[in-house]
Amino acid sequence: METYTALRQFADSWGLLAMTLFFAGVILFTLRPGSKSHADDAAQIPLKED
Amino acid sequence: MSLLDKHQFIERNATLLLVGSLLVVSIGGIVEIAPLFYLENTIEKVDGMRPYTPLELAGRNIYIREGCYVCHSQMIRPFRDEVERYGHYSLAAESMYDHPFQWGSKRTGPDLARVGDRYSNEWHVQHLIEPRDVVPESVMPSYSFLKENTLEVTDVSMDLKANRTVGVPYTDEMIAEANADLKAQADPNADTSALLARYPKAKVGDFDGDPTKLTEMDALVAYLQMLGTLVDFSTYDDTTGYR
Amino acid sequence: MNYPLETAALVIGTFLALLGAAYAHDSLFAAHMWVLFLTLGISSIVMLRRVSFAPVGAPRAVPAKSEYFDEVIKYGTIATVFWGVVGFLVGVVVAMQLAFPDLNIEPWLNFGRTRPLHTSAVIFAFGGNALIATSFYVVQRTCRARLFGGNLGWFVFWGYQLFIVMAATGYLLGITQGKEYAEPEWYVDIWLTIVWVAYLVVFLGTIFMRKEPHIYVANWFYLAFIVTIAMLHIVNNLAIPVSFLGIKSYSAFSGVQDALTQWWYGHNAVGFFLTAGFLGMMYYFIPKQVNRPVYSYRLSIIHFWALIFMYIWAGPHHLHYTALPDWAQTLGMVFSIMLWMPSWGGMINGLMTLSGAWDRIRTDPIVRMMVMAVAFYGMATFEGPMMSVKAVNSLSHYTDWTIGHVHSGALGWNGMITFGAIYFLVPKLWNRKRLYSLQLVNWHFWLATLGIVLYAAVMWVAGIQQGLMWREYDDQGFLVYSFAETVAAMFPYYLMRALGGLMFLAGALLMAFNVTMTILGHERQERTPGVAPAGLQPAE
Repeated sequence: METYTALRQFADSWGLLAMTLFFAGVILFTLRPGSKSHADDAAQIPLKED
Repeated sequence: MSLLDKHQFIERNATLLLVGSLLVVSIGGIVEIAPLFYLENTIEKVDGMRPYTPLELAGRNIYIREGCYVCHSQMIRPFRDEVERYGHYSLAAESMYDHPFQWGSKRTGPDLARVGDRYSNEWHVQHLIEPRDVVPESVMPSYSFLKENTLEVTDVSMDLKANRTVGVPYTDEMIAEANADLKAQADPNADTSALLARYPKAKVGDFDGDPTKLTEMDALVAYLQMLGTLVDFSTYDDTTGYR
Repeated sequence: MNYPLETAALVIGTFLALLGAAYAHDSLFAAHMWVLFLTLGISSIVMLRRVSFAPVGAPRAVPAKSEYFDEVIKYGTIATVFWGVVGFLVGVVVAMQLAFPDLNIEPWLNFGRTRPLHTSAVIFAFGGNALIATSFYVVQRTCRARLFGGNLGWFVFWGYQLFIVMAATGYLLGITQGKEYAEPEWYVDIWLTIVWVAYLVVFLGTIFMRKEPHIYVANWFYLAFIVTIAMLHIVNNLAIPVSFLGIKSYSAFSGVQDALTQWWYGHNAVGFFLTAGFLGMMYYFIPKQVNRPVYSYRLSIIHFWALIFMYIWAGPHHLHYTALPDWAQTLGMVFSIMLWMPSWGGMINGLMTLSGAWDRIRTDPIVRMMVMAVAFYGMATFEGPMMSVKAVNSLSHYTDWTIGHVHSGALGWNGMITFGAIYFLVPKLWNRKRLYSLQLVNWHFWLATLGIVLYAAVMWVAGIQQGLMWREYDDQGFLVYSFAETVAAMFPYYLMRALGGLMFLAGALLMAFNVTMTILGHERQERTPGVAPAGLQPAE
């Protein structure tokens, strides 16, 4: 099999799956309940002082 | 530190943020651009392509200098109307010696990929001097100064050498004869048989209507007149170009 | 303050420019070196005249380390306003040149040379100065640290202005690489690289010196913008110069590869220069102006990573149906469509920051400007993915629709958010109680908004008509229109477009006046918009 075809098949199957899972993981991780207070603190940074 | 605090680690570490961003933005470019350089079917094999003659190259540099690409494309798409209007759709191989490419992104004026041989030299000269004399609807600027300016190229063999460095197959002979070829191509009295052997299908003779002077007009018209004329489509097999 | 080393460097630079002019490989390089000689020469004289000789032993004035370095931001703000007016003015001129070709003055002011002048003036001079100035402001405030590198900040600012001058004069002289939005030739590119590295050092250094443990998200966007632009700029401008004393260089890539490299660069100039950097602005100035934290900080994290990952793939949608391999075109299209999601995530995040303070849109014209900017961001990032669909692109490509799309993004999003940031910054930087006039801001808002709406609407109609005329067949199967007829059909649209641009320019001139008066310390006596005049009671 040609390198191109092989790489293409890999990208269309496992590559796609890996990226989707990674993406879902990133979203879940960022939106996990425990991060809220931390994020709220960070959001206040610009308002703290001038 | 638990795993869940890892992103906070990134958020607090500028180096990681920098490296992480750089990695993330590199992926797309590597996956898309890198294969173009080694996949053989990116550029199909066609007969007829050759490097530009020194005069065509000088003309092309004027084309670039004047920003013609902001209004004219050189890329015919495979649509019925475009093929009827402009000719066979453009092949990747047809711009393989173009450093830089001049495909353009806007057609305020028509596509020029196959403008060569469509009009006479006289038409081009008149059109460049005063576009509205020959096309009343045109909004193109006048380029009458091209006819006044003598073609100033300090040493065109240096240009050929720079092109060879980036992969254009100029031979030693082409480089050695470059300055002579530059003058000979637009000189109606010159012996151009050697030039034509080096650069098949090159247009020779006076271009701007003034044989005594080698002008920027000569160079630009020489370039325009060869655009899209190198590949012979009566013998080209479309199926080989399919990617 | 004296700058002995800097002044010496300027004098040496002036001398080198003179040498460059004397030994030039071609006449254009000589002309360009004369421009450089004059620019550096004048700068040297200015620096020399500013030297003050303190008596021996006298204490030198040293700026307090604890203070923010705001002087360079003041200059940056003024430069932003100045280049904005210049860029919009050239825009109106090129628009008129398309309607009335006799306005081309050959050779230096032909459309082929003025158009890159317009695009670079708006994107790199106006946008670039806005980004440098605001990033210096934001990074100091959100890190609670003084700008890193001392006078390096000045070098970034003045070095960037020199880049602008060299690029702009180069275009008019006819010095160009012939790659859109990357027109400056090799030696100007090298200079920009040096300035950009200094910019990265200043910005990153400040983040390293921060007193705030967390790096605020606006800085992520700015950082990604600086780093990615460095990468794009260097790769896309790889070229072999013909002579080290000549203007001409030949791109390292050719044909298909050059095309994709160029649009990988070109699209991400939009994605990182005009989007990521300006999103950094949005994430700081909108919360500041409405005095509320960003709607969802966690959404902004997702926004950041998704946006920078996806944008970089979208370049091939500029090359649909060209000789670029199909797989690359399809990949570009798919990512362009996916890009819609993070873009709108960011838009919603920006808009919802106002939740609970929606009345500010009515009472505060600066907030109104920022909200309109985000709205235009949403519109442009919807239109973009749509135009990247191959079927749509087959009609829209090569037409004025693309021009309309670019302008709704550049004028609507980049312009408006920058105006908002400038109106926020000027009173703060110059210690004024308020702007000279809020009513002028209101006028600016309406002139700009109506100008963009007119511009974009006209270009939609023009582009779609143009595309349809090109592919129109009659019953016998012949093309109905010659190309020249489609050019003639554009005239009324080009005229109306120029009017839209003129309105936008008029708004920018009002801003220049307003900013000048504020800096000079004037306050116009006027009724605050949205507040009922004193003595009147609202009907309950």
